Amino acid sequence: MTSGLIFAFAGAALFAMGVAGVLLIDHLLRRILAFNLMGSGAFLVLVGLAQRSDAADPVPQAMVLTGIVVAVAATALALGLVRRFHGLTGKMELPVADDD
Amino acid sequence: MIDPMVWLIVLPLAWACFAFLLGPGRGARPAIAGLAVQLLLALQLAAGLNDSGAGAHAIGGWGAPLGIDLAADGLSVAMLLLTQVVVLPLAIYARTYFASYAAEARYFWPLAGFLIAGLNALFLSADLFNLYVTLELVGLAAVGLVAAGGGAKQITAALRYLFATLLGSGAYLLGVALIYGAYGTVSIPTLLPLVTAEAPDVVRLAGGLMLAGLMLKTALFPFHFWLPPAHGGAPAPVSALLSALVVKASFYLILRLWLGPFAPLAGIIAWLPALLGAAAIFWGSYQAICARRIKMLVAYSTVAQLGYLFLIFPLLPTEGALQAGIMQAYAHGLAKAAMFAAAGVLIEATGQDTVEGLAGAAQQLPLTLFAFGLAGITLMGLPPSAGFLAKWQLIEAALAQGHWIIAVAALAGGLLAAVYVFRVLRQAFLLAPVGDVRPVPRMLEWMALLLAAASVLLGLRGVELMQLLGVPAMGGAS
Repeated sequence: MTSGLIFAFAGAALFAMGVAGVLLIDHLLRRILAFNLMGSGAFLVLVGLAQRSDAADPVPQAMVLTGIVVAVAATALALGLVRRFHGLTGKMELPVADDD
Repeated sequence: MIDPMVWLIVLPLAWACFAFLLGPGRGARPAIAGLAVQLLLALQLAAGLNDSGAGAHAIGGWGAPLGIDLAADGLSVAMLLLTQVVVLPLAIYARTYFASYAAEARYFWPLAGFLIAGLNALFLSADLFNLYVTLELVGLAAVGLVAAGGGAKQITAALRYLFATLLGSGAYLLGVALIYGAYGTVSIPTLLPLVTAEAPDVVRLAGGLMLAGLMLKTALFPFHFWLPPAHGGAPAPVSALLSALVVKASFYLILRLWLGPFAPLAGIIAWLPALLGAAAIFWGSYQAICARRIKMLVAYSTVAQLGYLFLIFPLLPTEGALQAGIMQAYAHGLAKAAMFAAAGVLIEATGQDTVEGLAGAAQQLPLTLFAFGLAGITLMGLPPSAGFLAKWQLIEAALAQGHWIIAVAALAGGLLAAVYVFRVLRQAFLLAPVGDVRPVPRMLEWMALLLAAASVLLGLRGVELMQLLGVPAMGGAS
């Protein structure tokens, strides 16, 4: 097993943990952290799987940089919304879904 | 020479930034002017496509694999046209609508501009990673629009929507990572010959992840939980934008991947989206029939109508099935924009948002009810509407391949749509003593009617659209 493959498997594990976190955790801040874990896992898979030889492949690295920018923007938006939500309701958990 | 592909992306970005600089609530005029030009550009692109085949553009002169390529074929230009055609009347509607809702209008124009730029870029992208970036752009702008009202209810809906959309694009991104690991490229034209029926399991896994993520973003049953609160709680122009266009973007992407790189792997799995689509039709219609608030009714109707889009998958790649899918996207896009616009007028005029409270509204707002009814005709699939054409083609394609069960689902959905549309109309035509109905600007009513009329009349002009869809991508495969 090459080191690249180890990174990829670690990334897949992180991604799975992140998905579980986003789905199962109610606390909004921890949910945002879980989303970031998920994103990092995907990035690790992207860089790890592409690592075929000793020389680094620049294309996935460029993609990961772009992906990090997107993740930062999404996190900022989520944090902004959560702050507002906390300010309005004083809670850190979303209410149980009510459709009507 | 002006390349319409580039300007379709740059122009909305430009007016969005300009609107942001002008300050909260301003920038409607540059937006409407920009959208009018965009519509002309999309028409120019479509005309060029009919004459000379698919178009391509390397941004900044850097071609793939280093640079980013834009590509336009029949499918993407059809979606571009739909976007510009729906947004222009909605923008005129929004300008009047937001005149009385200053707080909710604060950042509408910049966010709408970023949303349109993201959508246009998505339809023109030719590599999987660029598609991911545009998908996120669309998602984040849409969440911002949902939150624009600023109340606890809107923020809750926005947060729920945000987590759903991030989860969806996260799954898509992991799929992209696996594809890059397997083939060393994310360009769709390069992937086309590489992915074969003997592809390794990791490619199947990637395809499954991307499909699941995109189905979540399209709000296909049972992933629809985030849609009704988000679309039903937002201001009317925002609901219309989201329901008519944003969910179609991820549907387009599924279609693009399904017909493109993943075509050799499709096979039996095609019945999964169709099955979920049929379930969506029944569940969404049932919820719409039970809904208490009028905007929830329209939002659940979106859940149901999205189901039709997924009925086509077992019938692909026949031409008729693709045409049925795009025709349905057009029919629903125009009709649902009209319906939310009309619902916005009804709520504004009667001062409350339940279906019961509409009693007698037809006497005061005949134009709006006419628009609602016309949009309903399209959703029910009565001739000569675009919805009729879509269902006709779907049923024809289904029967030609012996899948009568799909035809049954489509017909049953039309009947159920009739139930919830007539629920609203019946209530509105009751001869009840009307409370004080506030006067509503005529412009709102006319724009709703324009969109609704377009959704019906498109059924008479379907041939041009079908012709456009037939234009294959660069490199032969369609």
